[in-house]
Amino acid sequence: MEKTVNQRAWFLVIPVLVLVAFSSVIPMMTVVNYSFQDSFGGNEFFWVGLEWYQELLRSERLWDAFGRQLLFSFIILAIEIPLGILVALSMPKKGWAASVCLVLMALPLLIPYNVVGTIWQVFGRADIGLLGRMLSDMGISYNYAQNAFDAWVTVIVMDVWHWTSLVALLAYAGLRSIPNAYYQAAKIDQASRWNVFRFIELPKMRGVLIIAILLRFMDSFMIYTEPFVLTGGGPGNATTFLSIDLVKMALGQFDLGPAAAFSLMYFLVILLISYVFYTVMITMDKDEAKQ
Amino acid sequence: MSAELPSSGKSWVRPANIVMMAYLLFLLVPIYWLVVMSFKTNSEILGSFTLFPANFTLENYQTILTDPSWYMGYVNSFIYVSLNTVISLLVALPAAYAFSRYRFFGDNHLFFWLLTNRMAPPAVFALPFFQLYSSVSLFDTHIAVALAHCLFNVPLAVWILEGFMRGVPREIDETAFIDGYGFTHFFTRIFIPMIGPGIGVTAFFCFMFSWVELLLSRTLTSVDAKPITAIMTRTVSASGLDWGVLAAAGVLTIIPGAIVIYFVRNYIAKGFALGRV
Repeated sequence: MEKTVNQRAWFLVIPVLVLVAFSSVIPMMTVVNYSFQDSFGGNEFFWVGLEWYQELLRSERLWDAFGRQLLFSFIILAIEIPLGILVALSMPKKGWAASVCLVLMALPLLIPYNVVGTIWQVFGRADIGLLGRMLSDMGISYNYAQNAFDAWVTVIVMDVWHWTSLVALLAYAGLRSIPNAYYQAAKIDQASRWNVFRFIELPKMRGVLIIAILLRFMDSFMIYTEPFVLTGGGPGNATTFLSIDLVKMALGQFDLGPAAAFSLMYFLVILLISYVFYTVMITMDKDEAKQ
Repeated sequence: MSAELPSSGKSWVRPANIVMMAYLLFLLVPIYWLVVMSFKTNSEILGSFTLFPANFTLENYQTILTDPSWYMGYVNSFIYVSLNTVISLLVALPAAYAFSRYRFFGDNHLFFWLLTNRMAPPAVFALPFFQLYSSVSLFDTHIAVALAHCLFNVPLAVWILEGFMRGVPREIDETAFIDGYGFTHFFTRIFIPMIGPGIGVTAFFCFMFSWVELLLSRTLTSVDAKPITAIMTRTVSASGLDWGVLAAAGVLTIIPGAIVIYFVRNYIAKGFALGRV
């Protein structure tokens, strides 16, 4: 479908532009401003140039948090994407069972982030939690508040619990759009289950899977509330991801300059990776249109 | 057309069903534990280990529903979530129409720039928002939180609506204009009813992301507009945790989501694909 060129369409976009400028551009300019200045007593500001950036790039604290964040996002994608596809393939195709599955699966997505943290807190604690109690009864020592490995496992399982349904629902929507004729053709060709998945289902899910990967990458890369409630970034700094570190710096210690420089670099990294995704998406859309 | 699935009563124990049930069990057990806990007394929670409440009590819920410092949190959350949904839809509808129908100077860049706001970590905006809204004396108001949540909800709304609008044939617009409809009349009377499901799905997502967010809503409020989620974290950090009340508060935050899901259940699958399948 060819779109017509019409510059007056700008008028329709202006409300969005004004609103987003107010809630994004103005705050962003403050951040840029702070990142080049140092303040004494919160009132006097001095130009310090790139000092904060240089200091941050040398600081181990930032690199450690960045490393943890990358590892976390990588593990999350590696678990949630395949698991989500598996769940989508296992879902009933129609009838009341499909509705029940959809509603139950969507439930974790609508629970406030901090309540998700609370749920896993009361689920995992050795004294009052079902999981913690069962594990300790089985003789497995498990304490997410003191053992770094246990904390990681709990945060990852919590995120899988929270967000795998999103991937599954997206993949399910992709599967539903495949015409039945494709399956019948595959049946005539006596294609194996794997080949049906590899050559029919996976290509048809490609578009929604890219959205799923993009959303899951972005959201896991800026995760804050759930680990904050569950572990508070601990034990030690074991689960201090980038956002937790940033909030500590900005609202806890009120280090405006370093926090602002941190913010900008953080944002740029997400932007860069997401831009790559977006470009790939657009190119694929165009390829599909040509076919 | 059951060519793909020979589903009869006998083949109930299939690998697919087992996977699905294991997954649903994994989703529901932690929620079950929270619900059970909300019906227990604190001495039972801490003292003994029971799968069902031995002394079933509604005291925890009573505490929340009779204490304004608790239940006003739900009222506050509802006010700013509704405000945010309305604002997001109002500005996103015309913009999504423009993106879905016309090419104009800088449209692709503008679209990507909008999406970047969905990618911005809320942690980055917490401090500048606090200063911005304080300086225009909107701190601790519902509208401040509603506007702050527009940061990620407006781009998302534009994105979803654009996907749905692309599915409406252009001929409808052209016919309407030839028939002498003005743009406003056409848009509100003909076009908007046609993408009803899309608007429903968009409202669902705006509700969802505003309802679950904590960091910005906590930073921008202190007393008058404090959301239930922030009240809960305050209780967590206080000494002497009241686990039963905390669990009951948690259960009450799940209920609105469950109700909303029930209403959009028929559009959920398409909705989560953001109209882009």
